[in-house]
Amino acid sequence: MSFSWAKAYEPKHPLMRWLDQRLPLPRLVYGAVGGGYPVPRNLNYWWNFGVLAGLALTIQIVTGIVLAMHYVASGDLAFQSVEHIMRDVNEGWLLRYVHANGASFFFIVTYIHIFRGIYFGSYKAPRELVWMLGLVILLLMMATAFMGYVLPWGQMSFWGAKVITGLFSAIPVVGTSVQQWLLGGYAPDQATLNRFFSLHYLLPFVIAGVVILHIWALHIPGSSNPTGVEVQSEQDTVPFHPFYTAKDGWFASLCITLFALVTFYAPNYLGHADNYIPANPLSTPAHIVPEWYFWPFYAILRAFTSDFLLPAKLWGVIAMFSAIILLFFLPWLDPSPVRSGNYRPTFKWFFWILVVDVIVLGFCGGRPAEEPWVMISQVATMYYFAHFLIVLPIISWTEKTLPLPSSITASVLHGEAAEAAPIDMSGQRPATAH
Amino acid sequence: MATVEHSNGAHSAGVEDGVRRRDFINIAAVSAAGVAGLATLYPLLNQMNPSADVLALASTEIDISAIKPGQAVKTIFRKQPLFVRHLTPQEIQAANQVPLSELRDPQSLAERTKPGKAQWLVTMGVCTHLGCVPLGAGEGENRGPFGGYFCPCHGSAYDTAARIRRGPAPKNLEVPDYSFKSDTVITVGKAA
Repeated sequence: MSFSWAKAYEPKHPLMRWLDQRLPLPRLVYGAVGGGYPVPRNLNYWWNFGVLAGLALTIQIVTGIVLAMHYVASGDLAFQSVEHIMRDVNEGWLLRYVHANGASFFFIVTYIHIFRGIYFGSYKAPRELVWMLGLVILLLMMATAFMGYVLPWGQMSFWGAKVITGLFSAIPVVGTSVQQWLLGGYAPDQATLNRFFSLHYLLPFVIAGVVILHIWALHIPGSSNPTGVEVQSEQDTVPFHPFYTAKDGWFASLCITLFALVTFYAPNYLGHADNYIPANPLSTPAHIVPEWYFWPFYAILRAFTSDFLLPAKLWGVIAMFSAIILLFFLPWLDPSPVRSGNYRPTFKWFFWILVVDVIVLGFCGGRPAEEPWVMISQVATMYYFAHFLIVLPIISWTEKTLPLPSSITASVLHGEAAEAAPIDMSGQRPATAH
Repeated sequence: MATVEHSNGAHSAGVEDGVRRRDFINIAAVSAAGVAGLATLYPLLNQMNPSADVLALASTEIDISAIKPGQAVKTIFRKQPLFVRHLTPQEIQAANQVPLSELRDPQSLAERTKPGKAQWLVTMGVCTHLGCVPLGAGEGENRGPFGGYFCPCHGSAYDTAARIRRGPAPKNLEVPDYSFKSDTVITVGKAA
C-alpha cells in the first residue's frame, strides 16, 4: 500500500485466482499484514505492542461472547449468574478470569503502546490521524471497561457506576438530568445494568472498527521506526510477513505465558475483594477505588479540593477529561522536526519524568483520599499538564538535537560495520554507511 | 444551472429570480428528511430517561418516634438512602453558631428544617460530590471533624446541619420534600 516496491499479490492456485477476481479479500490481507506490507527493518520490541493490543481485543471479544451466554443482566440475578459461571458452568471460572484479567492485559499493552508513541514521536506528521484514532480507541476502551466492571453487580460495580455517572452531575444546570438519563433512574438499578450490558456488548465491535481505521491510516505513510527517519529505499524495509509475523508471534507467546501465570496463579490480584459482596445501595465500601488502569485519572479527579471560580468537583471532572483530550493536540504541542526521543537529549529526560509522574498519579489514585496522597496528586497533576502545555513546546524550540542518521540502513549498520557486513565470495566487504 | 436555463428564455415565472421548482423541491425534501431524522432520534435518546415505574415511586412514610436525640436512621427514598436525624440541643447550637458567610453553600439550620421542628434533620444520604453514602447515620460511625456526616470516598465533611464544610462536595446534603403527618410520622416525597 505504502511503497512502490511493495510486492503485489500473485495468487498461484486457480481457486485463489478465481476468488481474487471476484472478492480480493486475500489481496487485502496480503497487502495489510502479509508479504505485501514493507516495514522498516529496524523496529525494536516496543513496536510489538500494537499487535498485542489487537490480540487482547480478540481475547476479550471471544471470551465476552461466550460469557454472555451464561450471564443474566438483572439486578436480582446478575451477581448469582456470575457465581454460577464461576462454580457451575464448564470451565466458566477460566473464561471469566481470562476476561477479567484480559482487560488488565489490554490496558497494560495499550499504555506501553501509547508511551512508545510519545517517546518515538509517532504522533508527528504524517501520522497525526493514526495517533488521534488511537486515542479514540483508548476512550472507547475506558467506556467499555467501566461498563463491564458494573455487570457483576457487586459492591464496587454498584458504587463505581454511581461515582462515575456522578461525574456528569458536575455539569452546570443540566448535570443532574444527564446523570439520571445515563442511569435511567435516581440511582444505579435495573435500567442501568441492562443498558450497560447492551453497550458493553456493542462497544468492542466499534473498537474493532476504529482499529481498522487506525491500521488503514498507519499503512498510508507506513510504520514509524526508532530513528524517526523516514523510509527512503527498499533496503530500509523488510516484508511484514515473515519477518514481523515471526517476531510478533514469539513475543506474543511470551506475553501470553505471563498473562497465563497471572490468570492461573493470581486471578484476583488485580481485582477488589469488595466486588464479591452483592451490591448494596445503602452502604458505600470504606475505600472505593476503580480498577488500576483508571487510577492516574482518578488521582487527577480527586486532586481538586477547593473552589476557584468553578466548584472543585467541576474542576476535577474537567481536568480528568482534559488529561486525555489534551493528547489529541500533542502533534501540535510538540513541533520539533525530530521525531525520535533517541536524538532528543532534553526531551528524553522529560519523557522519563512524565512516565514516573503518571506512575505516581496511578499510585495516589489507588490510595484513600487522605494526606499525603492528595497533596502528591496535586503536584503530579500540575506536572502532567505542565509537561504537555509548557515543557514540550519550550524544549521543542530550545533543544539542540543530535545528528540524525542519513537513513534507516545507515543507522542499523553504523558502528557495527564489521559484524553487519558479510564477506562475499571474493573476500571483499561491501561498503557501509556511517 | 438556473442562469443557463434563464438565457434560453423558454421558461417563465419561477426562472425570473433564479429559483426553479426543482430547487424548492430539493430544499423541501432535504429539510423534511432532516427534521424526520431529528424526530427519530428523540425516542432513541429519551428511552434512556427514567421510566414511568421509576418515576412513580410513591412517597414514603417514616415513623420517627423511636429515634432518640443524638440518634439517626438510614432508610430508603426513591432507591436512595435517606437520613433522619434527631439533633441534640448541643448539635443545634453548634449548627446555629456557624456564621453563614463561612459556608460554601450558605443555609441556616432553620432553612433546612421545618418550623418548630429544628431537632429533626431529614436529608438524602447521598454525598453531593459523586454520590457515595456518607458515614454518620449508623451507631458508632465516623461523623467527621464537624460532627455531622463524613464521606469516606473523597473526604467530604458535613456539619450537624448536614452542610458541606470541607472536602470536594459542592453542596449541602439535599433536603427532600417532606412534611410532618403527625408529630411522630413524616411523609417524604410529594404526596400524589
